[in-house]
Amino acid sequence: MVSRPELKAPPEIFYDGVEARKYTSSSRIIEIQAKLSERALELLALPDDGVPRLLLDIGCGSGLSGETLSENGHQWIGLDISLSMLDIALEREAKGDLLLKDMGQGLGLRSGVIDGAISISAVQWLCNADKSSHEPRLRLKAFFGSLYRCLARGGRAVFQVYPECLAQRELILSSAMRAGFAGGVVVDYPHSSKSRKEYLVLTCGPPSINTELPKAKLEDEESCSGDESSRDEENQTVSISDQHRPRKKQKTTKKGKGREWVLKKKEQMRRKGNAVPLDTKYTARKRKARF
Amino acid sequence: MRLLTHNMLSSNIKGVTNGFPLLIEVEKVIEKPVDFNPDFLKNMFLKVDWKALVDASRSLGYADLPEETPESSVIDSDDFLRKFHHALLELHLEEGALVCPETERKFPVTKGIPNMLLHEDEV
Repeated sequence: MVSRPELKAPPEIFYDGVEARKYTSSSRIIEIQAKLSERALELLALPDDGVPRLLLDIGCGSGLSGETLSENGHQWIGLDISLSMLDIALEREAKGDLLLKDMGQGLGLRSGVIDGAISISAVQWLCNADKSSHEPRLRLKAFFGSLYRCLARGGRAVFQVYPECLAQRELILSSAMRAGFAGGVVVDYPHSSKSRKEYLVLTCGPPSINTELPKAKLEDEESCSGDESSRDEENQTVSISDQHRPRKKQKTTKKGKGREWVLKKKEQMRRKGNAVPLDTKYTARKRKARF
Repeated sequence: MRLLTHNMLSSNIKGVTNGFPLLIEVEKVIEKPVDFNPDFLKNMFLKVDWKALVDASRSLGYADLPEETPESSVIDSDDFLRKFHHALLELHLEEGALVCPETERKFPVTKGIPNMLLHEDEV
């Protein structure tokens, strides 16, 4: 079971100094955040003319996602509710401007000035009522309403979300639609439990070609990395004689599963988004008997 | 906080009809050099509220921008773009406050981060 920070404490309390510190020290978190924001930027589908845009990073936290935006040359404004996270962003010398703001209170930006918005793992926080005055439905409405107003016509907003259940996704989507957005959910690696990622892609303005949803990623395209790992396996010498194996395994290996079975399994793993070596003539071939 | 952000930001306190532009109370201003990019500036020129930018840059102590909204032809002059660039992206309000023009509610700015959190009765 993946732990859900939303269930522990409100964001401004959960992301205290200790939790925020993780976002500078853990290379794993940094790598994941960078990957997510790169994909979000890709889904944003900004026109490819080299002109930097003014983007919004909602729930910018320590500015990890903003870094990706800066690397691509864009100017950005980031907002977050946790001061500790923003302090970390200052330490990391985030290039964008930072605002301490609660997205559930509305964004408070002028109309039609923002070219696009991204948000990494933040919107699901809106579904919680952390104070007695909080009403998730109203907070979502205030958020999406103000976002719709401040986006330029045809501008897109991409949210990477971890909805807890079907009802939560419904709630977020329906509030977005009610605010006037068109769009839907793009699910990357839908068959994998680990690398499955959901992106809410919303477009501002009337439906057009732009509002068509981009394609989700199904397979891991990094086949080169798969190649390497297969080579490593060949180099290893496997020295387990049959006698040392548990009895159960002895039986199955005697029979063998055959090439067809291996190919089927590899295909399954690929659909889950795992790195799988390429299929070659060596795939599932029997090892030479060694003495 | 740069004036780019100030130019986009308005007060969204409940009941406030025109929360733009926020007035600036200055305690400390710093300058950070930013790469000059004419394409971005031309893009932003159409979106920026000129009067708000001029007033804000004056309150930060930079008075080189023309008072009246410039003609769109001026955008090709390098001299103008440099000034525009400096005012929009390089001036930072480090310490001070933003003040809502209608209710005079203060949003404190510390270490360059404005605290725009609203109280419960302001939502």
